Amino acid sequence: MRERLNRLLLNVIAVLVAAVFAGGITSLILLTRGDSPTFVISQMWDYGTQRSTELTIMNGATVYYLSAVAVAIGFRMNLFNIGVDGQYRLAAMLAGAFAGSVSLPNGLRQTATILVAMLAGAAWAGLVALLKVRRGVSEVISTIMLNFIATGLIAYLMRPSIFGHRFGNDVTTKPIPKSGQVGGLDLIPNSGGKVYGLILLAVAVGVAFHVVVNYTRFGFDLRATGRSATAAQASGVNVKKMTAATLVMSGATAGLVGMPALLGDSHSYSSITFQTGLGFTGIAIALLGRNNPIGIAFAAVLWSFLDNSATILDLNNIPKEVVQITQGVVVLSVVIAYELVRRLALVRQQRAVGRAVAPPPGTPVVEGAPA
Amino acid sequence: MTVDDSTTATVAPRAERAAASRRPNSLYALYLAIIALMLISFVRAVTGANDITSGGTVGATISLAIPIALAGLGGLWSERSGVVNIGLEGMMILGTFFGADFAYFSHSPWVGVLGGIAGGLIGGVLHAVATVTFGVDQIVSGVAITILATGLARYLAGVFFTGQPGGGPTQSPSIPRFQKLRVPGADSFFGKLERHHWFVVSDVAGVLRGLTTSLTPFTILMILMFPLSWFVLWRTSFGLRLRSCGESPSAAESLGVPVYRMKYIAVSVSGVLAGLGGAFLADFSGIYREGQTGGRGFIGLAAMIFGNWRPGGLAAGASLFGYTDAVQLRQGATSVHALLLLVAVLLVVIGAYQLWRREWIVGAVVVGVAALVFGWYSVTNDVPIEFVPATPYLITLLVLALASQRLRMPAADGIPWRRGQST
Amino acid sequence: MHGITKRFPGVVANKDIDLVVQRGHVHAIVGENGAGKSTLMNTLYGMHKPDEGTVVIDGKPVVFSSPSDAIAVGIGMVHQHFMLADNFTVLENIVLGSEPTHAGVLDFRAARKKISEISDTYGLAIHPDDLVEDLGVGLRQRVEICKVLYRGARILILDEPTAVLVPQEVDELFANLRELKAEGLTVLFISHKLDEVLRVADEITVIRRGTTVRTVNPKDVTARQLAELMVGGQLPVPELRESTVTDTVELTLDHVSVRTPDGRPVVDDVSLAIRKGEIVGLAGVEGNGQAELVEAIMGMRPLASGSIQLGGQDISRWHTRRRREAGIGYIPEDRHRHGLLLEAPLWENRMLGHQTERPNSRGPWVDRAGARRDTKRVVEDYDVRTPGIDVTAASLSGGNQQKFIVGREMSGSMQVLIASHPTRGVDVGAQAAIWDHLRNARAAGLAVLLISADLDELIGMSDTLRVILRGRLVGEVDPRTVTPEELGSAMTGANTVADGAPS
Repeated sequence: MRERLNRLLLNVIAVLVAAVFAGGITSLILLTRGDSPTFVISQMWDYGTQRSTELTIMNGATVYYLSAVAVAIGFRMNLFNIGVDGQYRLAAMLAGAFAGSVSLPNGLRQTATILVAMLAGAAWAGLVALLKVRRGVSEVISTIMLNFIATGLIAYLMRPSIFGHRFGNDVTTKPIPKSGQVGGLDLIPNSGGKVYGLILLAVAVGVAFHVVVNYTRFGFDLRATGRSATAAQASGVNVKKMTAATLVMSGATAGLVGMPALLGDSHSYSSITFQTGLGFTGIAIALLGRNNPIGIAFAAVLWSFLDNSATILDLNNIPKEVVQITQGVVVLSVVIAYELVRRLALVRQQRAVGRAVAPPPGTPVVEGAPA
Repeated sequence: MTVDDSTTATVAPRAERAAASRRPNSLYALYLAIIALMLISFVRAVTGANDITSGGTVGATISLAIPIALAGLGGLWSERSGVVNIGLEGMMILGTFFGADFAYFSHSPWVGVLGGIAGGLIGGVLHAVATVTFGVDQIVSGVAITILATGLARYLAGVFFTGQPGGGPTQSPSIPRFQKLRVPGADSFFGKLERHHWFVVSDVAGVLRGLTTSLTPFTILMILMFPLSWFVLWRTSFGLRLRSCGESPSAAESLGVPVYRMKYIAVSVSGVLAGLGGAFLADFSGIYREGQTGGRGFIGLAAMIFGNWRPGGLAAGASLFGYTDAVQLRQGATSVHALLLLVAVLLVVIGAYQLWRREWIVGAVVVGVAALVFGWYSVTNDVPIEFVPATPYLITLLVLALASQRLRMPAADGIPWRRGQST
Repeated sequence: MHGITKRFPGVVANKDIDLVVQRGHVHAIVGENGAGKSTLMNTLYGMHKPDEGTVVIDGKPVVFSSPSDAIAVGIGMVHQHFMLADNFTVLENIVLGSEPTHAGVLDFRAARKKISEISDTYGLAIHPDDLVEDLGVGLRQRVEICKVLYRGARILILDEPTAVLVPQEVDELFANLRELKAEGLTVLFISHKLDEVLRVADEITVIRRGTTVRTVNPKDVTARQLAELMVGGQLPVPELRESTVTDTVELTLDHVSVRTPDGRPVVDDVSLAIRKGEIVGLAGVEGNGQAELVEAIMGMRPLASGSIQLGGQDISRWHTRRRREAGIGYIPEDRHRHGLLLEAPLWENRMLGHQTERPNSRGPWVDRAGARRDTKRVVEDYDVRTPGIDVTAASLSGGNQQKFIVGREMSGSMQVLIASHPTRGVDVGAQAAIWDHLRNARAAGLAVLLISADLDELIGMSDTLRVILRGRLVGEVDPRTVTPEELGSAMTGANTVADGAPS
């Protein structure tokens, strides 16, 4: 038990060190332009702690969380699902089209929409699984290719003759009527808005992730395969099935990424206005949170804070993109820091084992004259 | 890419692979090229999509293939030393930005080349530090660098290009470009031949016209990178040592090869090549634009796998991808539609080959897909415009799906290595 | 070498070692697994620096910061696990790091010439353009020796060179060593095979627990005495007492064949039966199908033909997990790749291979408390030296890892145990313990298939001893009367031995 607490502490320290380092680099960059880092931080903090910003931060974090969990499912098994991007957009589009056109009783419609999204994401990821398991195609490349192909597919399906509806300058899926939407929660008073109702879904997903991976046999098999596919195979795991199952689960979770916005905010999908790039953000957050549902939660909030509070910078003539550098540096340095922690822990363990196993001091070891 | 492919990919029997890698490559490649030309000619004649072998398309093919090929070559250098480099896309992005930036402010495309080198080098060194010195998982590092590069490029573009005519955080103003080297008279001579639309003759004329009118000094320099890489890696002692780091780093270390240093050099070169690819892309488009790389860093990796980690095969793969890219960019809908026929024919050939090798399932699937593609071709007049930009990515997937199995990557590729390790 | 000390995290590998070697001698260094021999030689070869002590060559003290320094002084090392790049040719492997060049460009002709010269002079019989991947073990070793001679080594270090050779190949190697001696070279020979060492060495140094114990002349000692010096006490002997073999057949292999993807039979028509209470030993040179046979039994490889029956049921089509659940235990040859999750804590490793059974899981849920309790039991019953069950498997020594695996696989209701090289790379104490456990399990009715390269272990621990060659079972020998030489001959096919009668 102490072992685990020690590790946790080390990891937290690693994150803090990485964050400070990233902050340092960003400050340097700001200073070269003559901007004051403390000014930037205070501006961002002031703006970020305003009620209305807090609301957008929470909502942003919810979406990021889902994306990061989807990626983390793959990471735990040493699979890199970089296709979350294509999966969630395709799922959101298909779910939006479904919800807009089908009429079902209250409550059932929302559930069905979510299921459609999960299915779409799972199917798109299923292609990756097929290619990997049957043809040995690296999922890193196939997911990225499928991202681009998804863009084309979505564009095609959004033709007015298929799923698209003209809305001024925009083309969207058929808007979802109130009975099919998900209301918000009034969690932050005086914020002028509501938190996504589906934040509950995000929490449920996180809990499910934690429970399945750490407490079920399937989760054990998953982690074992991620640690050593050969040992897992020798222990009875069907590695191919596991690979396929993991990719499909990751895709299904990715499908959920667009749901809070679709059902709680825009009520329709549009290629132009729907948030993009969530796939790569999810990867960054999963790395930061060490593929652990609680770590990811913190990382998602942090990332969302950086993203949203940076909008104030433009008003002060500081390009808000500097925050993206911070984010990038944080990811890279955190990853390095985690690796160092891992090595340190291993060395310490070896020492501990050596101490526990060594013969007690004072026993004569050598006999006989040196050669 | 996950390296433990022993559990997923079935590796081709040793004798076959050894034979495959020692076949006289140049003769074999020549045969393939001739057959390809005949096939495409045939398709052009049947479909009337005259652009697919025009000089313009060939020229565009070369220009679009080069960024992909350079990224792939970067991947090759890196993986031959045992380090997987997924961050090529990020290094390419830095290359596009710094290439455009340097070219614009110095009013010289040559300085832009230097910019590309610089940008790619930054990314390469970062990747080397993270993976070689710190032992971070190579794919994680690559992804992190791509994320960082995207943010960095956006920030720097905002800083340098805002306020310049036509510039802003997402694009640069027009940059000075390289001039094309034109062989006098070639354009009109070959152009005339082309317009006759004669079977094979006009197509060859198109190829020659493309070759003689669309090359810039930058292009030629980049093309030279391939034979140069081959020579350095396979004919010098430096190259042997570098490749040994990717095959058996412990053996290399035990013989005094400085493995860490070799990996650093290889990954840095890898970044430089990707950066050059980015600079080339910027030069070709005449501008830096966000998202310009469009995944070419990754397509380059696919070309590298397709080429069995050798420069020659890599160039062939990149040309294939460049060709599809060029075709879809020019007369998109009709040309891609014509390509459907080509794809159907090729798939039939491949399917027949698989069936002949008794691979019943694979063969049947391939022939089935060929039939579907042919059906699509005959039923429609053109491919929906939205699918056209996705063509290169689809082709990449197709090629990988069919070719992934007979390949052999460097034995210690992707495995993090520490001094004193015994594997 | 004088006063050499080397520490690693958690262990002192070498402590105050003294070693003096005469030129033109074959000097053997013996000690059990984990005694520190390899670490010492790695220091001599420049792979790491000693924490204390000095190295003196030809009267001059030297300090090596990398193998290149050692190579420059004339030291060459042939490692126990060959350091060869499979995808390279013999030539590329040999010249790596010392390539003949014209201004950086490789000079293949010069390299080929020199290699052929060396090969002829020392009788190595190697071809520069062969792909290393295609070469067998004996040839690979000769490539390694050529590698070392190519660099003008005058001092050769051979680390456990006979570990993977059969008696005939060992004779060839010793002949090569005599030629090297005749040319004035010095050979340092690390081994734990005492009879071989006595045959070939001029002087023997014994190392135990990281320090030098004594240096002796082979003419003055017997193998027994050497062994006792190595261990500091009595050497354990693998031997079975009374027969516990019953009549009930537990595992049957019926005309089993396994093929490679291109159709070659790597296991060819093998039929075998193991009864309750019986240990069936399978002897064979590595690479003759044993590994594939084991994988086929475990369900990790498909059968091309034939069937496998467990307790009367046909399990030929069953998946690995089902076979394990039915009671097949597996001690894998390569414990790091197939037996352990190195980065996982010990209690999770307890579950590996048994994650669907009690006490590790209940239905779809993992029973952490149950697994942890049982891990403690395994650690106690099988004397696994560890400070706790939360340490990662990687921090345990090889012997303790193996004891843990043996304990895990013998838990629960096992009917059959497939033990592949169960005491490889394990110190003598752990080896004795593992043999004990195998004996006890056998007495309790377990059916065991024992695969090993240790001829003494095979002869001592088997009730029935079969020989496998090129995928076929070529003979059966009587473990009570066969000698290691006869067994070795049968393993290489030099003569077919039946019923223990020497040919």
